[in-house]
Amino acid sequence: MTMTAPKGSQKGKASPPASVVTAGTSEIRELFTRNMRTSGIYVALVALVALFGVLTGGASLGPGNITNIVLQYSYILILAIGMVIVIIAGHIDLSVGSVVALTGAVSAVVVIQYGQPWWVGVIAALVTGLLIGAWHGYWVAYVGIPAFIVTLAGMLLFRGLTLVVLDNVSLSPFPAEYGQIASGFLNGLLGGAGYDVFTLVIFAIAVAGYAFSQYRTRKALISYNQLVPSFPLFIAKIVVVAVAVMTFAWQLATARGMPIVLIMLAILILAYSVVMQRSVFGRQVYAIGGNVVAAALSGVKVRTVNFWIFVNMGLLSALAGIVFSSRSNGAQPGAGNMFELDAIAAAFIGGAAVTGGVGKVAGAMAGGLIMAVMSNGMQLMGIDQSVQSVIKGLVLLLAVAFDIYNKRRAGSR
Amino acid sequence: MVEHILEMQSITKSFPGVKALSGVSLAVERGEVHAICGENGAGKSTLMKVLSGVYPAGSYGGEILFKGQTCSFSGIRDSEHAGIVIIHQELALVPHLSIAENIFLGNERRGKSGLIDWHRTNAEAGVLLDSVGLREEPTTPVGQLGVGKQQLVEIAKALSKEVQLLILDEPTAALNDNDSAHLLGLVRDLRTRGITSIIISHKLNEIEAIADHTTVIRDGKTVETLDMADPDVNVDRIIRGMVGRDLEAFYPSRDSKPGEVVLRVEDWTVRHPTQDRLVVDQATFEVRAGEVIGIAGLMGAGRTELMMSIFGRSYGRYISGRVFMHGKETRTRTVAEAIEARIAYATEDRKAFGLNLIDDIARNISGAALGKLSSWGFVNHHEEAAAAEFAMKSMNIKAPNVRSIVGKLSGGNQQKVVLSKWLLTDPEVLILDEPTRGIDVGAKFEIYTLINSFVDAGKAVVVISSDLLELLGTCDRIYALSTGRITGELPAADATEERLMTLMTKDKELIA
Repeated sequence: MTMTAPKGSQKGKASPPASVVTAGTSEIRELFTRNMRTSGIYVALVALVALFGVLTGGASLGPGNITNIVLQYSYILILAIGMVIVIIAGHIDLSVGSVVALTGAVSAVVVIQYGQPWWVGVIAALVTGLLIGAWHGYWVAYVGIPAFIVTLAGMLLFRGLTLVVLDNVSLSPFPAEYGQIASGFLNGLLGGAGYDVFTLVIFAIAVAGYAFSQYRTRKALISYNQLVPSFPLFIAKIVVVAVAVMTFAWQLATARGMPIVLIMLAILILAYSVVMQRSVFGRQVYAIGGNVVAAALSGVKVRTVNFWIFVNMGLLSALAGIVFSSRSNGAQPGAGNMFELDAIAAAFIGGAAVTGGVGKVAGAMAGGLIMAVMSNGMQLMGIDQSVQSVIKGLVLLLAVAFDIYNKRRAGSR
Repeated sequence: MVEHILEMQSITKSFPGVKALSGVSLAVERGEVHAICGENGAGKSTLMKVLSGVYPAGSYGGEILFKGQTCSFSGIRDSEHAGIVIIHQELALVPHLSIAENIFLGNERRGKSGLIDWHRTNAEAGVLLDSVGLREEPTTPVGQLGVGKQQLVEIAKALSKEVQLLILDEPTAALNDNDSAHLLGLVRDLRTRGITSIIISHKLNEIEAIADHTTVIRDGKTVETLDMADPDVNVDRIIRGMVGRDLEAFYPSRDSKPGEVVLRVEDWTVRHPTQDRLVVDQATFEVRAGEVIGIAGLMGAGRTELMMSIFGRSYGRYISGRVFMHGKETRTRTVAEAIEARIAYATEDRKAFGLNLIDDIARNISGAALGKLSSWGFVNHHEEAAAAEFAMKSMNIKAPNVRSIVGKLSGGNQQKVVLSKWLLTDPEVLILDEPTRGIDVGAKFEIYTLINSFVDAGKAVVVISSDLLELLGTCDRIYALSTGRITGELPAADATEERLMTLMTKDKELIA
């Protein structure tokens, strides 16, 4: 949410938007400095995209590569949605990589070994994820063991169970329908010459939806005498977002069309953003992370909420496990190794606080994309794996340091 | 002639916005037991922190003479080096280390190699334990000892530092009668060994029994020093010194018209969450519609514990007792049930227990009433913002807007956010724990006005306060609490600070 300094007039009853605040360079500067903490992450993402676009001579921005990034990092983003919720509540989950492996393995055993249809495998994996989440939730919420320990145990436990389920060997290949989950596309539904009209239409609807919801939020804010950016700046913001999104859509449309996994991801992001920002449950998660005693004394059922946070994490881990096994067309004992660290890094780069109470789904997505764009760009440039790891580590450290620096500055004011 | 081991002359100490000490003088004779008395917030603990160097030289005004020499301690290590040791109310022991390790922590007995000489450590610890009358192995972890024995370990630790002036801050507050008696015996014993003690206590009977002199502090100033050998000096005399103030014209007036009983609590008994003692013992009280009742009690009397345990059993281990709303027995076993029963509890520690400091005003205010502001599990943003907007106007919360972060508001405005949050749950009984702690005079007046308008609407209020004047100025009736028991009930018209203080310092065995 963006705010600018009041000009005194906004206390008036029904002041028209134009008189609320005045646009100008000072406002843009204000907007930037004030919102560095919340929007800095998106600026960084755009800068990184541009940087690698230049460094790779445009290759990273090509249609094929854009599609690739979406397919390749979708499961990290799915994990990051659950992880940021866990982190907002003041916990952590180190087990998600192992859970990805185990749920993928369960699905593979059901579909490949027992020859069941693909959806039976999906359901089996989801149920496994739910049970694992309930297991973690029980120990964290009801027994009171720190999540760090519970999920560290889970990391070992479920990795071991993966080996048991797979009998120490890889299983492949899945039937073609199963592969569609991660690698399928929706295209050609509305035709188009050299580009997919369906993809463009979907994205255009999304942009229109975004613009409309922004407009409604703005109107509501004004009616409650809240501070809003001036109208030209508001329009400028929407135009920038629309151009960026439609460029992205064009690149997808000229490649292979709309990835199914992107639709799934979009639905998840939208749904979880609404849950975290608007629902009572989401509020309670923030309240627990911000001050657990105050939350308990306000009637929040802390244990119940913590339990469901982990159940949800288990479910999303299973979903990521399904997508990953689908993409790798099989299940391996070592699948999902270190995924937890990517998901945690995404949440923290995306502005979540180590102490809990702060963070956003959208931020975690931007954080995940930053990691994705960096990995992908460095791969395209042929940078050595070891150097990539060093750079990613430094980025994580600097992102959190920047966050802490900002907070300290805000606190000293 | 009398030799003074310690002289503190016109000590002043200020914190941002508050003058904690404004000219305290204290003279302690060598080899005596000197008691310091005063109401909560009178400045006793601050004075001892000045003396022990917790507040370093230069951060306070006035002069400290120890054994005739001017002291300027820059930290606890300096004062301990000089022979002054303070034992705080919250003991500073490491539970997982042994008694011997705790005694010599930071002062380890080393051998020639520089490594710790365990034989010497344990042997010397054994001698020290004998001298304080504690029969435990030096290798026993401190966490396995009761509070009383831990207190003795602290004293043994002080002795190991060759203490000359021992300061005990509320040493018996958490002890049972036997342990208290033993501790006081030990302090007498130390006196015969030439160790001077300063003892801060709310238990005036103990002071009468043990002290040679008593210095009374009130509002950051020394009132008087009483010679306990004087036959005219007794508990009542000390109390008079502690409270002697005039009721200022500081509290808005109100016509009280108490109606029917709204909340009644019977035989409420609560055990300490970890220790084996009762924090609240058979408390019975009631509050009527249109009435403000006060709960008076010294620190550790169990005021907060009583109210928090009633409010969703948020403190301790429940033993027995019943809660009635409008004469009907009501379940308040969880906070949600208590809120449902239309009870609200605004905590004494708003930062730690009352607010999410990193979130905004609107979300803090709606925090306890989300059920009302939501449908199908989703919060209605517009209603929430409107409720917060209304609260900001009616409570006069000074902030840019409802999206301002609560952590950046002043104490008074934060307190108004807490009150708004609970008023939004539409309570019939509002329990206010230290509602004006740490806020300025103007905001205090606003909060008193708010209490008045709330009870004028036929609701009931319970006020817990360390400030007796506040209770006298705002309440219709006052209950006094001492060591977990309700020791008396006075209509405000009959209550005086002296009478309340007498009830608040009444020990168990004195209750008829």
